[in-house]
Amino acid sequence: MALCLSKSRKFLAHLKPKMGVLGMMNLSSWSSCLSRKQASLSGNGRIPHAFFWNRPPLFTSRRFESVKADIQLGSLRPAGDPQVLNFPGGIVKFTPELKFLSDFPEERIHCYRVLDDSGQPISNNFVQIDKDVAVKMYKDMVTFQTMDTIFYEAQRQGRISFYVTAIGEEAINIASAAALTMDDIVFPQYREAGVLLWRGFTLQEFANQCFGNKGDNGKGRQMPAHYGSNKHNYVTVASTVATQIPHAVGAAYSLKMDGRDACTITYFGDGGTSTGDFHAALNFAAVMEAPVILFCRNNGWAISTPVSDQFRSDGIVVRGQAYGVRSIRVDGNDTLAVFSAVHVARKMAISESRPVLIEALTYRAGHHSTSDDSSKYRPIEEIEWWRAAQDPVARFRKWLEGQGWWTAQSEIELRDRARQEVLHAIQVAEKVEKPPIREIFTDVYDVPPSNLRDQEKSLRGTIERHPQDYPHFPL
Amino acid sequence: MGFVVVLLKREEKRMFGFIRQRAACRGNHASSLERGIRATALRTFSSSGKEMTVRDALNSALDEEMSADPKVFLMGEEVGEYQGAYKISRGLLKKYGPERVRDTPITEAGFTGIGVGAAYYGLKPVIEFMTFNFSMQAIDHIINSAAKSNYMSAGQISVPIVFRGPNGAAAGVGAQHSQCFAAWYGSCPGLKVLVPYSSEDARGLLKAAIRDPDPVVFLENELLYGESFPVSAEALDSSFCLPIGKAKIEREGNDVTITAFSKMVGYALKAAEILAKEGISAEVINLRSIRPLDTSTINASVRKTNRLVTVEEGVPQHGVGAEICATVVEESFYYLDAPIERIAGADVPMPYAANLERIAVPQVDDIVRAAKRICYRSH
Repeated sequence: MALCLSKSRKFLAHLKPKMGVLGMMNLSSWSSCLSRKQASLSGNGRIPHAFFWNRPPLFTSRRFESVKADIQLGSLRPAGDPQVLNFPGGIVKFTPELKFLSDFPEERIHCYRVLDDSGQPISNNFVQIDKDVAVKMYKDMVTFQTMDTIFYEAQRQGRISFYVTAIGEEAINIASAAALTMDDIVFPQYREAGVLLWRGFTLQEFANQCFGNKGDNGKGRQMPAHYGSNKHNYVTVASTVATQIPHAVGAAYSLKMDGRDACTITYFGDGGTSTGDFHAALNFAAVMEAPVILFCRNNGWAISTPVSDQFRSDGIVVRGQAYGVRSIRVDGNDTLAVFSAVHVARKMAISESRPVLIEALTYRAGHHSTSDDSSKYRPIEEIEWWRAAQDPVARFRKWLEGQGWWTAQSEIELRDRARQEVLHAIQVAEKVEKPPIREIFTDVYDVPPSNLRDQEKSLRGTIERHPQDYPHFPL
Repeated sequence: MGFVVVLLKREEKRMFGFIRQRAACRGNHASSLERGIRATALRTFSSSGKEMTVRDALNSALDEEMSADPKVFLMGEEVGEYQGAYKISRGLLKKYGPERVRDTPITEAGFTGIGVGAAYYGLKPVIEFMTFNFSMQAIDHIINSAAKSNYMSAGQISVPIVFRGPNGAAAGVGAQHSQCFAAWYGSCPGLKVLVPYSSEDARGLLKAAIRDPDPVVFLENELLYGESFPVSAEALDSSFCLPIGKAKIEREGNDVTITAFSKMVGYALKAAEILAKEGISAEVINLRSIRPLDTSTINASVRKTNRLVTVEEGVPQHGVGAEICATVVEESFYYLDAPIERIAGADVPMPYAANLERIAVPQVDDIVRAAKRICYRSH
């Protein structure tokens, strides 16, 4: 962006003597863009000053009467001005300059941040939260971190088959969840269990799903960490990458048609933005004017693929404009920044019926999953530095302590209790029976068809006749 | 049944028909296998003397369902302004507006994903593929996001979506526009797969599909769109719908069973006419539903005739006929007087030249010869 501006300054100077009325309009809109950087942080503290480029009115090409063309030739070339043409898509000004837009900005898009590394606010430009919310956020971040650590260990011990941690992304999880309401529908990827935790899913429910036992509200149908709960408006995790993005857009469109005061939010990683689904979803979201928050967790890694091998754009935030979607880059390890961005994005999405893209920069401090050992493709020192020096939980705690809302004693108690509760949940879940045979055949369809009823009967008969071949099979 | 219906007063008839149709549609699953029981009698409705093209049948079904339920909406390429690539959605944009008849950018994967998301939320999208060949771009969403979701979410996410469009060979459109996907989608638990033939099939099955809470793949046929069929008065009623999972016996017979679906039903009926002149009475079964497959009707018929010819446009390997053969061998082996014959398309991508295309797809003669072969074999 900045590169464009500096180039355009020269270009404007070059053209200035030739510009007519349109040129004057253009100049003022350029200058307001130029002044963006200076004015950015001068909010009154309540709601941060959100800036976006002046949007010239677009020529609307929507027509739904008939296929008959009804353009007036006069509007194709307004007032006989040779400098512009009303192409399909809108008026475009011509230029004699053979100039290509740069592939990469001179400076990367700036990243919105509230707290510095030691938890001190660098400005007043953030959404204030009161003590109860802040403390709940912190407690959930710690609980989430504890749950991830212990469940990971449980997998290593062979007690569950698989697990996905979100170490390093606790702020993204909890802060984004806290900025939404329960009516907003969440379309997660798989590293957003914290959102579900915030909404009230219990540690026991998490454990039950991971153990695939009878208490699992997923009836043992899916791998661990593939949580889902209608009650919490959290759509079941699917292993397919980025499929949730167009789903979220479709659901947002439905919310809009219903006139509901809610939006959808969908999460995905840097890797997921390479998929066709990402492209189609962003494009559609803009065209359909769907109230969806598209939250990209850019944590630098897609399993072993670093972002430099994933794309060559300046991250994900710049893609928003390519689709006509408003976007922002935030510090994903800064709880207050994430909270503010999502809070404002939600308002925009609902009141203006538009998609908003948020790129949260962070680092995947854990491995991709329990099937991965990331020290094989990145230096351990790098992992350790991010995990320790950039721990979002610690940074938020410092701010809380600065507010006088948290003490060292509370910390010890919380960590202790969280650990006990997680361990207890695992111990209980381990002993619960697995789901009964019946659940193999239910939910394939709304009502089991005759062939499935026959198959179940046949299976039961077989088990009855050969019980020794089917130990531990709850019927 | 047909005669009694005619006698009822107008309102009573409508109510009676409505209740019966509702009851038929509520279950929407194949009735349990009736071993050794004769196939259900041919359904006859009172004749209305009216004919309707398949195109108009689909259009009227869409119109009525959209009118009855504001959650139903149509999405696809060219469905709005262009009135539908094959004019199936003619007039709907004007009547329901752009919010409910949405033209989409060119991305099957995209708009299928969007549609699935809307269905997750609770709307009832009807997604149109210009042909099912293009559905391959979206097949991940059809299978992994739609078909499996109710199961994977343990009943929390139901996906009341319909994917419809022309399937199989048209005329002179080449390999990438001519594949039959009945066997592909028929292999997916969680999906229902319907294959209408006549206008009544088109109306009744599309309405059933839209009302069904499960994802339905609705395979039409481009060449059938313009064909006219007689429709009963009952079929013209807006509450009309056919049960999913029940085949229809188009023509009763005693000597050989011929199963077919979609366009091939017409071919099978023509073959049956020719065979009748040679003293072979063929029973033609219009499958109407690939998944669930009405194995009970098929088996009951085979137990009556003792001979079976399966007909399909798609390739023989792993095809619908292969599945029918397997189920008949499993359940009615001792009733067979001859090996089962499969008539299918050539095991090649569809060629373009008219003569090559003709040979690559089953023709009426192929069905006639197959039926004769298995009738003479037992002599």
